[in-house]
Amino acid sequence: MGFNLRSPLVVSANPLSQKLENIVAMEDSGAGAVVLFSLFEEQIKAEAEKVEQVVQTTSYSFAEAADFFPSLADYPLGAGQYLELIRKAKERVSIPVIASLNGVTPEGWIEYAREIEQAGADGLEINVYFIPADIRLTAQDVEKRYLLIVKMIRDAINIPIAVKLSPYFSSVGNMAQRLSEAGADSLVLFNRFYQPDFDINELKILPNLDLSVPAEIRLPLLWIAVLYGRIPVSLAATTGVYGARELIKYLLAGADVGMCASSLLRHGISWIKEILRHLEVYMDEMEFNSVESFKGSMSQQHISDPSAYERSNYIQIVEHEAWR
Amino acid sequence: MEDEKQNIVTLDGNEAAVYVAYRVNEVCAIYPITPSSAMAEFADEWSAKGIKNIWGNTPEVIEMQSEGGAAGTVHGALQTGSLTTTFTASQGLMLMLPNMYKIAGELTSAVFHVAARSLAAQALSIFGDHQDVMAARTTGFAMLAAASVQEAHDMALIAQAATLRARIPFIHFFDGFRTSHEVNKINFLSDEQIRAMIDDDLVIAHRNRGLNPEKPFIRGTAQNPDVYFQGRETVNVFYAAVPKILKEEMRKFCELTGREYLPVKYYGAADAENVIVIMGSGVETAAETAEFLASRGEKTGVIQISLYRPFPSEDFIAAFPKTARNIAVLDRTKESGATGEPMYQDVMVTFMEAFAKGEVSAMPKIIGGRYGLSSKEFTPAMVKAVFDNLQSETPKNHFTVGINDDVTNTSIPFDPSFKLDESGWTQALFFGLGADGTVGANKNSIKIIGENTELFAQGYFVYDSKKSGAKTVSHLRFGKKPIKAPYLIAKADFIACHQFNFVEREEMLSFAKDGASFLLNSPYGKTEVWDKLPLKVQQAILDKNIKLFVIDATDVARKTGMAGRINTIMQTCFFKLSNVLPPEEAISQIKHAIEKTYFKKGRAVIEKNFVAVDRTLENLFEVEIPKQVTAVAATPNGSAMKNAPDFFKKVTSIMIAGYGDEIPVSAMPIDGTYPSGTSKFEKRNVSNRIAVWDEASCIQCGNCSFVCPHSVIRSKFYHREYLKDAPEDFKSAPINARGFPETRYSLQVYLEDCTGCNLCHEVCPVEERMSGNKRAINVLDKPTDLYSERKKIGFFENLPQNDRPDVNFSTVHGVQFLEPMFEFSGACAGCGETPYIKVLTQLFGDRLLVANATGCSSIYGGNLPTTPWTKNANGQGPAWSNSLFEDNAEFGLGMRMSADKQLATAHQFLEILKPELGEKFVNDLMNAPQNLESEILAQRIRVQQLKEKLLTMDSNEAKHLLSVADQLVHRSVWLIGGDGWAYDIGAGGLDHALASGKNINVLVLDTEVYSNTGGQSSKATPTAASAKFAAAGKRVGKKDLAMQAISYGNVYVAQVAMGANPQQTLLALREAEAYKGPSLILAYSHCIAHGIEMNKGLRQQHLAVHSGYFPLIRYNPVLRKKNLNPFVLDSAKPTISLRDYAYNELRYKVLTQTNAGEAEYLMNLAQEIVDLRWKTYEDMAGLAASGFQPVY
Repeated sequence: MGFNLRSPLVVSANPLSQKLENIVAMEDSGAGAVVLFSLFEEQIKAEAEKVEQVVQTTSYSFAEAADFFPSLADYPLGAGQYLELIRKAKERVSIPVIASLNGVTPEGWIEYAREIEQAGADGLEINVYFIPADIRLTAQDVEKRYLLIVKMIRDAINIPIAVKLSPYFSSVGNMAQRLSEAGADSLVLFNRFYQPDFDINELKILPNLDLSVPAEIRLPLLWIAVLYGRIPVSLAATTGVYGARELIKYLLAGADVGMCASSLLRHGISWIKEILRHLEVYMDEMEFNSVESFKGSMSQQHISDPSAYERSNYIQIVEHEAWR
Repeated sequence: MEDEKQNIVTLDGNEAAVYVAYRVNEVCAIYPITPSSAMAEFADEWSAKGIKNIWGNTPEVIEMQSEGGAAGTVHGALQTGSLTTTFTASQGLMLMLPNMYKIAGELTSAVFHVAARSLAAQALSIFGDHQDVMAARTTGFAMLAAASVQEAHDMALIAQAATLRARIPFIHFFDGFRTSHEVNKINFLSDEQIRAMIDDDLVIAHRNRGLNPEKPFIRGTAQNPDVYFQGRETVNVFYAAVPKILKEEMRKFCELTGREYLPVKYYGAADAENVIVIMGSGVETAAETAEFLASRGEKTGVIQISLYRPFPSEDFIAAFPKTARNIAVLDRTKESGATGEPMYQDVMVTFMEAFAKGEVSAMPKIIGGRYGLSSKEFTPAMVKAVFDNLQSETPKNHFTVGINDDVTNTSIPFDPSFKLDESGWTQALFFGLGADGTVGANKNSIKIIGENTELFAQGYFVYDSKKSGAKTVSHLRFGKKPIKAPYLIAKADFIACHQFNFVEREEMLSFAKDGASFLLNSPYGKTEVWDKLPLKVQQAILDKNIKLFVIDATDVARKTGMAGRINTIMQTCFFKLSNVLPPEEAISQIKHAIEKTYFKKGRAVIEKNFVAVDRTLENLFEVEIPKQVTAVAATPNGSAMKNAPDFFKKVTSIMIAGYGDEIPVSAMPIDGTYPSGTSKFEKRNVSNRIAVWDEASCIQCGNCSFVCPHSVIRSKFYHREYLKDAPEDFKSAPINARGFPETRYSLQVYLEDCTGCNLCHEVCPVEERMSGNKRAINVLDKPTDLYSERKKIGFFENLPQNDRPDVNFSTVHGVQFLEPMFEFSGACAGCGETPYIKVLTQLFGDRLLVANATGCSSIYGGNLPTTPWTKNANGQGPAWSNSLFEDNAEFGLGMRMSADKQLATAHQFLEILKPELGEKFVNDLMNAPQNLESEILAQRIRVQQLKEKLLTMDSNEAKHLLSVADQLVHRSVWLIGGDGWAYDIGAGGLDHALASGKNINVLVLDTEVYSNTGGQSSKATPTAASAKFAAAGKRVGKKDLAMQAISYGNVYVAQVAMGANPQQTLLALREAEAYKGPSLILAYSHCIAHGIEMNKGLRQQHLAVHSGYFPLIRYNPVLRKKNLNPFVLDSAKPTISLRDYAYNELRYKVLTQTNAGEAEYLMNLAQEIVDLRWKTYEDMAGLAASGFQPVY
């Protein structure tokens, strides 16, 4: 995204960044940048709607009580709190503060993106958290949706844009390229979707989202390695960065940064220090002077057998499994 | 003259007054009371925001535990030299009286701002008159009356300037509601003008008179017969100087603002012979009428009294036209037994003294009259009636106007058709629901017009006394000439009905002028709507050539994402149709107002509102009016009222219909006594969604019935034989108990009383799999055929009520079969308080004495027209009374003392009459146990037998015994009130009553704020929650009242939350009643003031308990006596954090929006408090009996 980061570990959107003190702690622990928790347009609107409803139904209803809450009109119910956090974080930390936005309507995307820029965010991650549950939608429709949002925001703001995208495109690489053309400065691979579980006794849906585990890095790893050097955007790898091992793999594949959240939720913010310490140990052992010196060295471009990332890789695995 | 420099604003009298008061004071000690609460709220809010006074510092504002406390704090702050004020009304002013004598006696500069209100006499009334300030006229405070919103603003400043000079404290008062709540367009005082009126040297002099250890003195001594009298006379010169000082300050004010005031001011014909003397908002009505009559050649005039104390005799005589021969003094108060009302006496004495001194050549004829008590309308027609009376040959003295007194014939008749010239005004009436935002939108319209155009604007809002389905009527006037009309609109150019079902029950079009526009929010389009209108509405439209417009605002709101909010849409229609502003300008102004209102809520919200406005006009249609009516006359719906008592038919039903003003004195109860159980005849039909029972899936647990706030869910079991006569579709199921194959169970919903709150559905444990959210009770659309539904209810009511001895009182399942004797109240839909009261009446209703503190529970429990406390088929039921807010514990204790005393008297006479009555019979009457329902029933039978015997005996002893025989059935005395009472204003009394050891039971309906007056903080408000007077978040922990009571050792104490554990609630209520000493039950009551969706109230109760915030406990001294641990912790260890519970509520959440850091800090603090309290309770639950103090 054009930032000169002090470390290749970026904190991805997660609830820890709701508190200013945690953002400061992330910087203190060595994070290269912080992506704030996502601002959900839908949630803001639902919240504002609920408040409006509560306030309206209780205001000017009785002779004795004009209302029930201290001057509620003054309370910022929109993105105010989020924007305030950006402002305060910018005052307290020197690492880039990147906002994350999940919109619903075109107006929502644009309005909040502008407000985020005005609040002083260094960048904006577009979190197109979208499950095409409407089966009438074609693959093209979904792709257009992504591209439209990126173009729309690119036209609206000047700060760098990262796009957090889904792995579920028929052609992820082509999509990445088109997103780049639409104005994305960076791609974040990949978004983890809410996948509901069932309670088979109560016959209810369980709204769980498990923390990621190292085994999940394979899919982003594949695509980082494939995309590295092919499109003019920075690549951020998210999912499964449990420790330095996963971060290193991502960097080797060609990621500019690795992003972590689940491991911090498990071990606390100071876990960043652990990861970075192990990264340094690895680099010393491998005699790498800088991240740049080994970044992408395992990418599709740089390995001797590029087809390893394609079908043959799959065949190998299958055969290997068959032998076991 | 600096008019052009002044800001024009539209605001109400409260805001107008407090704006000045805040700017010229340093300390405010406050307490909420209607109608003055808004003044205190503004002061507190401004202080919280750091808004400065004219000296550049932020006034300190403190909420006290009562007005008595506020006055004490004011006194202390004044005595140490701070400029100090307070705001109050009515009973609040009564509590301040002792301090006011002190403050005046010590010649202390201060102004108390009072929104004048009725006093509680035969009944409480929140509305306006001068009874409260008149009761304070002997305190030594000067009294300055403001007659309008503008005057409330100006006089606040003039009073402050005058008190600093005169050293006499002032009551600055204006009429409650009529002025305090009227929105009007006024000239706003600038800081320069305020500064120019306040002499800093006098401020410093005031400060220097304060107590100061550096130059100490003593003030507040005790004096003996030798000097007290002389000491009292020292102040005379100061009082004598007040009128002159006031005049000078008024002159100075006039020079600064161009607005001229006088202590006594005359309006009308220069050669008037007939003069009315009046003060307060009635001045405008009287003056305009006098001038109108004078313009027609009548010799009429009006004297406005602004300075009432010290009475400005010289100015008064001077202001009178020399031609005046007849004087009518109008007092807005009543002083029973006096020779006349206070101002009448003042005028009489003033004239007599002037005559005696030769200052007037002849004594005029002077009469006095009363008007406008409790905001009774005071109209030009009434003023004319007063003039007519004055000019008659034998004018009626001590008259009343505005009512029909057919008992002592004090009233004078008036012709309601008499009107002043109202041309040039657009007058508009809006009928809406409290919850639909009509009033808010209208306030907004007044602001738009008042502050953006040259037009004058006035708004006044009338509410009914219900909290669910409350109706509002907005009275708006706009025009090119100033609007001085402090009375309701009688003839409107524009009438809007925001709720279609009002057309059936409201006589809206009786207020329509010929050719008026009628805007109707209608689900029926322009071609269908006519046929849906009742006959009387169609007829009125034809008779008065009314133009009818319809819009389906609800549909427009839904389609534009406004979630059913119709107010902006209806407001847009008003502007389009009323032509107050050119339509384009109006739309642009509405949009501007939307932007202003929602600018912090984001562009999307603003845009959504814009779309709603734009879509409005394309959906607004004029209806082509047919030439004749098409509707048939409605069949009178007599079913609900058929069985109503005569009083209901003759009086209550008139009030319900909105014609209470026409009820004559002779029809009114003489001492405030009203029949029980009238709410059942009202059938308000406030909700289109109602509870519907699914008999097939129901497990008959009784939960829905237990939590129903309006007692609309009833259950009975009965022999199946009864079903032979059941109406079609009457619902019934086999009883869910083994061994009773012939017994059926029915759960009946009283659908016309249901508010659709959904609590029953939320609490229902039956969740049908794979059926969405369907349960055994569901809130669905109300059936249209009410007739057959009424038949089912009638059938259900005729099924035999289950015998109390047959019912298991110890289970929720059992309690559903007990008849509630608190039903269909006007409480909010989903109210968290009323279910507790209802259960109480189910358990002990037939022998219940209730002392009810003022507050929500006294309003939904005792506000006319109908009341919910009712009785059973035997005529027994709760006997209920409300004394005051502050004294409820003492009041209830008095009931207990009386019951005990009369029981002792009964025993005394039983002993005397033992030979005639029989020893065993008497012994049984005196000693038989009354613990079980069967035992109580047996005692009732004995008492009945006793009464029958006594009637045959002809002795004084027998008569006495007969009069107290009812006391032989044990009386259950309950003191009910909210946390404002128990934690704050009544805390001292409650503490004393609990310490008395007497058998009283206290039920605190703890909503953790003053719910009735609008959510002000109490000492029950928890840490981290925001409330009025604690806008920045409550920093102090909630008082642990349970522990306070436990510390006595002999008080039964429980904390209950029926949403978390209804069984524990039941157990606590029964244990408390069974305990022969004092009992205290603290009941968590969710409330609209928590900022929740009320259908989630029970869930919040559950979370409050499971977070450890509200542990369920029972402390039973009986266990201690048995050498057992008396403290039982009924809830399990917390399973969620405080925030998981708290942040579902707006009261906690607001702080995260306004000050996230502080919210976080306070929430952590609150969690610590919760953890500590839990640990304390847990430790106590683990102690041995010896860990608690022994019980006598």
